[in-house]
Amino acid sequence: MQRLVVGAGYGLKDWLAQRITGVVMAVFTLIIFGAALGGAMSSREAWQAFMANGFIRFLSFLFIVSLCYHAWVGVRDIWMDYLNSAALRLFLHVLTLLALVGYAGWAIQIIWRL
Amino acid sequence: MPEMTKQRPKHLALNEIRLPLAGFASILHRVSGAGLFLLLPLLIWLLQLSLGSTQASTEMFTAVTGNWLVKLILLGLIWAFFHHFCMGIRILLIDIHVGVEKQQAHNSAVAVMVVSLALTAIFGLKLLGGF
Repeated sequence: MQRLVVGAGYGLKDWLAQRITGVVMAVFTLIIFGAALGGAMSSREAWQAFMANGFIRFLSFLFIVSLCYHAWVGVRDIWMDYLNSAALRLFLHVLTLLALVGYAGWAIQIIWRL
Repeated sequence: MPEMTKQRPKHLALNEIRLPLAGFASILHRVSGAGLFLLLPLLIWLLQLSLGSTQASTEMFTAVTGNWLVKLILLGLIWAFFHHFCMGIRILLIDIHVGVEKQQAHNSAVAVMVVSLALTAIFGLKLLGGF
């Protein structure tokens, strides 16, 4: 039996997730820019103290998770749009997912080690 | 019906298609997102070096960000970030039906291009030591 390997049912959820994660990242970015204007990047010590703040660590964790989910949806859409081979798509989907999970772990340990 | 006699499937000649500006800005949203994804390891590494507690990580951060090739890559990423950011806001506004009209959508696409390039110029000058 011929089966369509492109799924359905996750369209709305991913569309919404892409917006929510985008807003989370945009807000966090503006906080970082504001902090930089306030001198949080004026020296290495100031930057590290800022990033070690409990609330900022909470927000930067949310930023990292949002970024990786956002990138997953976006990059997966690129593979889905341009690759016709299901085997190649599956390979790159898995590769993208593994890379992003690894990046998330790496980035989180950087901010939570502070 | 005349439509039935058209050649199918229709293959798009990507080198001949001329997108309207909003379409061009839209494809750049994808290009910038892909670039940010591909160079994410570099950005996480720089974050790690900037937050490292040892003298070695400080020196490494200075050395890496002082390299002209890295500066060039970072300049590209600055543009990618701002384009993606501004275009994202445009998408969110269109989602809530702000600026859906053709002329408005064209104008907002122009605004995204101009603002993101201007911000890239400002942050690029900072990166290259202009101020």
